[in-house]
Amino acid sequence: MKKAIITVVGKDTVGIIARVCTYLADNQINILDISQTILDGLFNMMMITDISGTDKTMGDITADLDKLGGEIGVVIRCQLEDIFTKMHRI
Amino acid sequence: MINIFEVHETNKMIEQENLDVRTITLGISLLDCVDADLDTLCDKVYTKITTLARDLVKTGEDISLEYGIPIVNKRISITPAALVGGAACKSPEDFVRLARTLDQAAKEVGVNFLGGYSALVAKGMTKADELLIRSIPEALAVTERVCSSVNVGSTKTGINMDAVRLMGDIVHETAARTADQDSLGCAKLVVFCNAPDDNPFMAGAFHGVTEADAIINVGVSGPGVVKYALEQVRGADFEQLCETIKKTAFKITRVGQLVAQEASRRMGVPFGIIDLSLAPTPAVGDSVAEILQEIGLESVGAPGTTAALALLNDQVKKGGVMASSYVGGLSGAFIPVSEDQGMIQAVNAGSLTLEKLEAMTCVCSVGLDMIAIPGDTASTTIAGIIADEMAIGMVNQKTTAVRLIPVIGKDVGETVEFGGLLGYAPIMPVNRFSCEGFVNRGGRIPAPIHSFKN
Repeated sequence: MKKAIITVVGKDTVGIIARVCTYLADNQINILDISQTILDGLFNMMMITDISGTDKTMGDITADLDKLGGEIGVVIRCQLEDIFTKMHRI
Repeated sequence: MINIFEVHETNKMIEQENLDVRTITLGISLLDCVDADLDTLCDKVYTKITTLARDLVKTGEDISLEYGIPIVNKRISITPAALVGGAACKSPEDFVRLARTLDQAAKEVGVNFLGGYSALVAKGMTKADELLIRSIPEALAVTERVCSSVNVGSTKTGINMDAVRLMGDIVHETAARTADQDSLGCAKLVVFCNAPDDNPFMAGAFHGVTEADAIINVGVSGPGVVKYALEQVRGADFEQLCETIKKTAFKITRVGQLVAQEASRRMGVPFGIIDLSLAPTPAVGDSVAEILQEIGLESVGAPGTTAALALLNDQVKKGGVMASSYVGGLSGAFIPVSEDQGMIQAVNAGSLTLEKLEAMTCVCSVGLDMIAIPGDTASTTIAGIIADEMAIGMVNQKTTAVRLIPVIGKDVGETVEFGGLLGYAPIMPVNRFSCEGFVNRGGRIPAPIHSFKN
């Protein structure tokens, strides 16, 4: 399993999760966990996903989600999970 | 499983606090390129560098994209060129030709700097060492990306004062040869004591002769992250202050470790070390001086500065060594003037002097770094400043370095602009009393008594 963390940060609006999930479903990216909260006054959502089933490269996914974020008016990032686990877990 | 707050913290460090990996540096041994014929040598050197480093920049960009962490620089360090060119180069001009080849190779693979146009002369100079040193002003003037360093002393051998005296002239000549660019050549020239073999940071990086054929070394950064963390513990006691720096250094270094391992795996080149230095940039909020001010100084240079820096340097190491099994290079806090907005402000405010900077180098990882001085400073005075700094390194068994820029045609009160990561600097006054009689004596300063440990 190859895990990537997708984060969405921005102003809350209708359909953010739906649009991101649609993209992930269309590209065979499985969602393992979703959480969301308000941090620093902004809508924050995090998805832990499994990207081992997709044909797309990380570069493609990052670019696609960046574009999608631009359409919705939020910032969407996709990063491999290791950067977070290495930093926060001994 | 990782939670949303941890993810948020990491991304905030990257986006708002200037967390980045400062450099992935590929160390390349050129010892197997040695040849008595200069054309053949240059061909072999060019081929080896462009072959081994072909994918370096792309690998760095891929890792940066996939993990969402900026990797600012991709660089190369090579075996000290005096060793590589010794058989083929019979004149300084021959060495300049080698420098041009290195520059072309650096441009071909897309790295922004290549370090190792260097000589190791802590005890004595070979003919080749001297030819290389005498070629430095021309080499740095006609190349763009080549960086040079000369190690003139060590705790084990003492200080080669002949080399120190010569480097006074060379620094001055380098400034003169690049006078039309505000003496920029000197920003690519470092004089060392106890130079490390595995330093990934420029301008002093070279690939030591004790190293493998190729190696990946990574330099981390993160002054902004430390400063932000310290803002959360304002007024707390030293224990809490130290804990906060250690934890932050740990987190920063772990990112460097991840990037180093990935780069090593993808390029099929062994991982060497993480250099866990706090390396500032001229960007606002990416300053070591601001950390010292957050610790409690009104301005860097105030009484207490040396103690605060000693504390900072030590806690960065303590947090960093927990995060990586292989720590090396310079590892500590950098205190360049032109590359650090807070240092520049301190000089302009009159709180930071050359003498205080020298005191600070006793307790941190580098030395007098990126300091602009009047262009008419005597070369013997430059040699004297180098000698002082080398003595600090020799006696304290640590690396020290000098990167001074005597800006030709400019004097105290004026400012010099280098651009980019090199920043800008006010020209600092230098003590005008002469040390000519001292630096002209010739010979070596013997190794200190505490170096005899066998």
